Amino acid sequence: MHSKSSRKEEKSQAQKINTLFTNYKYGFHTDTKSKLVIPKGLNEKIVRQISKIKEEPKWMTDYRVKAYKEFVKRPMPNFGPSLEGINFDDIHYYIRPQDKTQNKWEDVPAEIKETFDRLGIPEHEKRSLAGSGAQFESEMIYHSIKESLSKKGVIFDSIDQGLKKYPELFKEYFGTIVPYDDNKFSALNSAVWSGGSFIYIPKNTYVDLPLQAYFRINTESMGQFERTLIIADEGSFLHYIEGCTAPVYSKDSLHSAVVEIIVKKNAHVQYTTVQNWSLNVYNLVTKRAYAYENAEMIWLDCNVGSKITMKYPSIYLVGDNSKGEIKSLAMAKDNQCQDTGGKIIHMGKNTTSKIIAKSICKDHGNASYRGLLKATKSARNSFNYSKCDALILSPEARSDTIPKISIDDPTASIAHEASIFKIDDSQLFYLMSRGLPQDTAVSEIVNGFANPIVSELPMEYAIELKRLLEIETE
Amino acid sequence: MATKSSKNSLIIKNLHVETEDKTNRKSKKEILKGVDLEIKEGEIHAIMGPNGSGKSTLLNALMGHPSYQISEGTIQLKTGDKTKKLNDLKADERANLGLFMAFQHPIEVPGLSFLHMLRTIKNLKGTEKQSLEELLEELQIELKKLKIDEKALERGINEGFSGGEKKKLEIFQMKILKPNFILLDEIDSGLDIDSLKIVAENIKEYFKKYSPAMIIITHYARILKFIEPHKVHILSDGKIIKSGGKALAHTLEKHGYKELNDK
Repeated sequence: MHSKSSRKEEKSQAQKINTLFTNYKYGFHTDTKSKLVIPKGLNEKIVRQISKIKEEPKWMTDYRVKAYKEFVKRPMPNFGPSLEGINFDDIHYYIRPQDKTQNKWEDVPAEIKETFDRLGIPEHEKRSLAGSGAQFESEMIYHSIKESLSKKGVIFDSIDQGLKKYPELFKEYFGTIVPYDDNKFSALNSAVWSGGSFIYIPKNTYVDLPLQAYFRINTESMGQFERTLIIADEGSFLHYIEGCTAPVYSKDSLHSAVVEIIVKKNAHVQYTTVQNWSLNVYNLVTKRAYAYENAEMIWLDCNVGSKITMKYPSIYLVGDNSKGEIKSLAMAKDNQCQDTGGKIIHMGKNTTSKIIAKSICKDHGNASYRGLLKATKSARNSFNYSKCDALILSPEARSDTIPKISIDDPTASIAHEASIFKIDDSQLFYLMSRGLPQDTAVSEIVNGFANPIVSELPMEYAIELKRLLEIETE
Repeated sequence: MATKSSKNSLIIKNLHVETEDKTNRKSKKEILKGVDLEIKEGEIHAIMGPNGSGKSTLLNALMGHPSYQISEGTIQLKTGDKTKKLNDLKADERANLGLFMAFQHPIEVPGLSFLHMLRTIKNLKGTEKQSLEELLEELQIELKKLKIDEKALERGINEGFSGGEKKKLEIFQMKILKPNFILLDEIDSGLDIDSLKIVAENIKEYFKKYSPAMIIITHYARILKFIEPHKVHILSDGKIIKSGGKALAHTLEKHGYKELNDK
């Protein structure tokens, strides 16, 4: 009896919070019957249990256990925002929403399908994607790819299927770009990872439309630990997009992903993120790519949602003449903290890179840039240009730019620019004198600021992000 | 035919304007000390005066800049038989009543393109149905007349343009927004002689076609050689101390303000 009434209370509280954040249109929650829920908390037994449920080979079970031990041992990060609010004992580390991944929307259970229908995912796939995947809680519930691509040998599957169906390819690359002991949260992910995408693009294969994955957390106090591995073979081309949302709850959820990308000789990969988690999600993500000879890697990273995000997509320019680009946009309002940025490591000769980071903060929000730019001794004639702009909309808001530059080679050319803007009265007056009402003028100025990043997004995402920025600046 | 009483006009009565004293936040400084003017449609009034006499303050107060407060007097727009008091209206509301100001120092808005702004304003107005193609065509025609590169449309507002280009782009916006009441704040400053001619020609063309009520603020008589004013007013220490025909501008340029004050 007691537990029932307390659940009811929790639910009504969640609804209350939902109405507080009426601007967040993805804050809804669907009632689903999960097939399997592992109780809250984490220990070695649970790690082994997850591996067992997934019927994994022994090497993976051992890997998970090793990573778990590393996670326990490692202290919390000694930089960035406080993560004290995370209670690791109050999190579900694994929830299985259905028995297996479907490749037809019709086969996805109705209540889960409803969620993704409301998010507009299936229509989007029909219109402009080469393939799409959807993750609900801990598992990919749906994955599909155009037949023409799979005939060419393109693999786009859930990562769990990747391990089962392509064990050799998987083992060759898994954990090589982001080792389990890279940081505390890569260790956590390596211990309890579940879901995410496994992608292989064969040599000289051009995937003309983007592949997309959509991530949804539905349960309160849920931890989502997806893991994505992308291997772009020589001369191939890929654009991958991920989006994410969650319901608004009074208790916090944790999202801690690891993304590993291998961009081989002459290949091109762009990885685009539109992160719009609800304001109760800690988003702590490790993303890294290796670019080999003459390859190109682009991270386009937009962070609008979450309570705290710590994410610094990295590119290791391993091969000669490789190129890297990080373009990011972060928006922090209320008490949000977006601690984002990027890392580029020049290792090959004649490597070039560019970082364009834009942050917008409002209320008590903190949108900061934290970056590392490094040129090793082997990186002859490397070139970088970095530009970090911050737009501060309220006196209480905060933005820090923390670039770290480490150059071991005298032939490197590195340029870093940073600037801070405020909307001043003269800008507002100018636009209003042309006939724009004040609120429109403000959002036009914000849009203008964000435009160099937003205009790089595929159209549907650009429209969505513009709409989000409008809401956020109201 | 319109009767004289139904003509549009901008009516300024006993206008006192104060602004915050930058050296002392609590005290306010009175800049305009009682200005009376009426500019009817089809009239160009030139306002001249020494630095610090309050010329720019007058135009900013007319347009509704929040830093300039009206402490006394009224600003009114008469459109047909309706008269609207502007004192408490915001700049955008004034703009929508047909008032336009060309800025002495046009403001940069990075990333927001002229095209996007003009489209947004036109859509908000929603009175005239104009397709994107029609708008683009109109924009391109006017850009050509002003000898501005077409690419300007896609660039951020006033971002990285030269002083002369910015002034031309002010006249460009005027021609697109089609105001009935026009305030030109030192439109001639920073223009070389060729650009001045182009700007003047475009203002004249607009004036001929739409006969707006127009105020031109200037330091020099040279623009008035291209655009003949119907009246010239001398503003000094927040008051109009002399009004006259176009000859006044030339007298002024010959003898300077000092002599005028002495007379």
